Amino acid sequence: MNELKDNFAGAKIAAKSCHPDESHAAHFNQELIIEGAGCASCVGKIEKALIAVAGVKQATMNFVLRTVSVTGNVDTKTLIKAVESIGYNAKATSDSGDEQLLNEKEQAEQKYYQRLMRQMWTALGLGIPLMLYSIAGGPMTVATIFERGVWFTVGLFCAGIMYFSGKHFYVGAWKSFVNHSANMDTLIALGTGTAWLYSMVVVFFPLALPEMARHVYFEATAMIIGLINLGLALEVKARGRTSEAIKRLIGLQTKTARVVRDKKEINIAIEQVLLNDIVRIRPGEKIPVDGIVTQGHTSIDESMLTGEPMPVKKAVGDEVVTGTLNKSGSILFKATRIGKDTALAQIINMVKRAQNSKPPIGRLADMIAAYFVPVIMIIAIVSALAWLNFGPDPAIAFAVISATTVLIIACPCALGLATPMSVMVGIGKAAEAGVLIRNGEALQTASKITAMILDKTGTITEGAPKVTDFIIVDNSYSENEMLTLVASLERGSEHPLAQAIVESAIERDLDLENVSDFLAITGHGVSATFKTQQLLFGNQKLMLENGIALNNFVEQAQALADEAKTPMYFAIDNTLAAIIAVSDPIKKDSISAIKRLQKNGIRVVMITGDNNATALAVAKKVGITEVFAEVLPQDKSRKVAELQAQDEIVGMTGDGINDAPALALANVGFAIGTGTDVAIESADITLMRGSLHGLADAIAISKATLRNIKQNLFGAFIYNVAGVPFAAGVLYPFFGILLNPVIAGAAMAFSSLTVVSNANRLRFFKAKDH
Amino acid sequence: MMMINIAGLVLISLIIWWFWLYKPKAVDAAIDNEIKIVVNNGIYQPARIKIKAGQQTVLQFIRKDSSPCAAMVIFPHVDISEELPLDIDKSVLLPPMTLGEYPFHCQMQMYQGTLIVE
Repeated sequence: MNELKDNFAGAKIAAKSCHPDESHAAHFNQELIIEGAGCASCVGKIEKALIAVAGVKQATMNFVLRTVSVTGNVDTKTLIKAVESIGYNAKATSDSGDEQLLNEKEQAEQKYYQRLMRQMWTALGLGIPLMLYSIAGGPMTVATIFERGVWFTVGLFCAGIMYFSGKHFYVGAWKSFVNHSANMDTLIALGTGTAWLYSMVVVFFPLALPEMARHVYFEATAMIIGLINLGLALEVKARGRTSEAIKRLIGLQTKTARVVRDKKEINIAIEQVLLNDIVRIRPGEKIPVDGIVTQGHTSIDESMLTGEPMPVKKAVGDEVVTGTLNKSGSILFKATRIGKDTALAQIINMVKRAQNSKPPIGRLADMIAAYFVPVIMIIAIVSALAWLNFGPDPAIAFAVISATTVLIIACPCALGLATPMSVMVGIGKAAEAGVLIRNGEALQTASKITAMILDKTGTITEGAPKVTDFIIVDNSYSENEMLTLVASLERGSEHPLAQAIVESAIERDLDLENVSDFLAITGHGVSATFKTQQLLFGNQKLMLENGIALNNFVEQAQALADEAKTPMYFAIDNTLAAIIAVSDPIKKDSISAIKRLQKNGIRVVMITGDNNATALAVAKKVGITEVFAEVLPQDKSRKVAELQAQDEIVGMTGDGINDAPALALANVGFAIGTGTDVAIESADITLMRGSLHGLADAIAISKATLRNIKQNLFGAFIYNVAGVPFAAGVLYPFFGILLNPVIAGAAMAFSSLTVVSNANRLRFFKAKDH
Repeated sequence: MMMINIAGLVLISLIIWWFWLYKPKAVDAAIDNEIKIVVNNGIYQPARIKIKAGQQTVLQFIRKDSSPCAAMVIFPHVDISEELPLDIDKSVLLPPMTLGEYPFHCQMQMYQGTLIVE
């Protein structure tokens, strides 16, 4: 997405001031595709032409994509005319909103389904009576003039069926052929075409064939076309269900919003909401765009995006997110992200992309699918030759049946569908649980994780530390005086522990002072000067490096650390003045989630910049035995590499900001607890809620999806590997069995349907031990 | 019988040549810089497209086939997959690529095309 934004070649052009009446008119974005813009100089020309249209506020052309984005209150036709008037062609893009696109897609699929069903019934209308006649013992041979006449008429009907119900196969096969490619249509067209053509030869030139070979196969042609159309129709329906998760996400977007304009609240279409509009939300309504609460307070159900069941309290200054549900209060909020920029739109975009990406496991199937059809054609020829050379009489009839059956039974679709269908459902299912998986590769690797590194602060703990203990060493200062100095010093630090100290000072209404010469010593602490005093605040290492005597206070600090608190030393003019302990509470479900991971055989390791004693105390509480403590942020990736060197497949879970290098190096990087902020580029998997259960869910879903893909691939491989030789007649010499082409048609039609249906089973997956 | 066997072997050779060995002429995207690919009847038209190495390329797809098979185009080497709406132009932006031949295809690989990066 950012890539696309970066590629914008055109600069934004400000609106002309000649449309003063538009300040409160409805403005919305639309996109046009420009044709005929061959040079970069066209950009300015097209933008100017659009800006000149009354109602247009802004026009920005992307030369690379040949699209122009227009903001303003003007209809598309007028814009197209303006572009055409300067010699280019323009048309509206498909970018007409997810919901509209989805509706159009569903309508197109419904039409396609109905067409296939009509074609299916027509083909079976001829195929079924013929097949029943054949089963009932009716002669399918040509012996008399009368029989020739009857079968000729049937052959003509069959040709009609081939045209009405199977035209798409023949046209597709021909077009592919002239383009030097072959696909499923090629196989169906060749299979049914061979059966029909042979039957017509029997009708026209019966004497050219041995008596036993004067058999017609019109029923096979009609039945195969009917059954394959039925298979395709059912597949369209089943495929629709695989995208249910994305439909649900798209359905979260409201169509209208109630905004305050000219001191009045009006209902407008969602496309007309502008940045900084004030939006009114009443109880029970969904949030239409992202924003920040400006008035009122409420609780909002965000479960549809984050999987977090408890409603979240929102007050002035808090963020609200598109698609979430307002439960109790009435609020006003300022729109901060609209259209494609909302968190929901980004989630939809990310899930869609991920659903279409393929994990490495599918590569072999892809490679096979690419060569599949010509190989099957060769097998069909080899099989026919084998029958002609070595088969019993009527060898020619056996040759035709085996070649037809080989062509019909082979199903490249099942192979091709095996992976993408499961990925589609699996990634959608994960999104429903608030787990955003970036692509198929992340999905596959997540299923194989053997070791998981968990960052302590913000991952295992709440990430909101509080001051718990204050031990005064130098009694010439009061606690508040000391806290004022420490907070003044820590104000410049970005460390979460620093924030706890500043907040503690604010709670006590202390006025902070200005310090000078502030210096953050990464992994150790901070130093600064206040008036003439030299202030130093940090861990034991910092004190020892500065030669500050800690005496027996080390034991007191150790005792605090043993309670999972983080003790820090405060020195004034190189003399210890106080010890302040800060504690970050452990998230309530961290213990059970870590147990879940361990139960699944995953080696769980904690990593933290915190001191060893505190880290061990926290680890003990949550049941982790392996700890990397006092690790500087830049060294976290080294620890990931250490585990990888031990042949572990390493997952790293952190907040996605400080841990970016470690997340990127890990086999799978998990960013946790970022709420609905999905802009985490370094993570392979984003957990939208803070709970570590999301992590266990992500791994469980990945495992289930991979299992499903393997079932599909195995089924598709076995089907083809066993089906094709069976169709060629390898069992005939031993058991006298030769597959009927109609059965082969039915098997082929339902093989891909089976793959899609198996993938659909994933929709019912539920993570255990929650 | 000998003739039939020879005919069979010739047919097999023709299949190998026609589908695998023969490389049809590629359309040069650098000359026709608004290249449009029609997705219909089981094929991309054109299916072999020359593009320049080291620079971004935009391919315009228009899908005419209502079968869901045609609905997705995948460029596996650059991890791009785009849904193609029916009867509406869809631009696909490709990042700069290095020299070589890169396949693109639908989900089931029934629609197949090749990018020739020169």
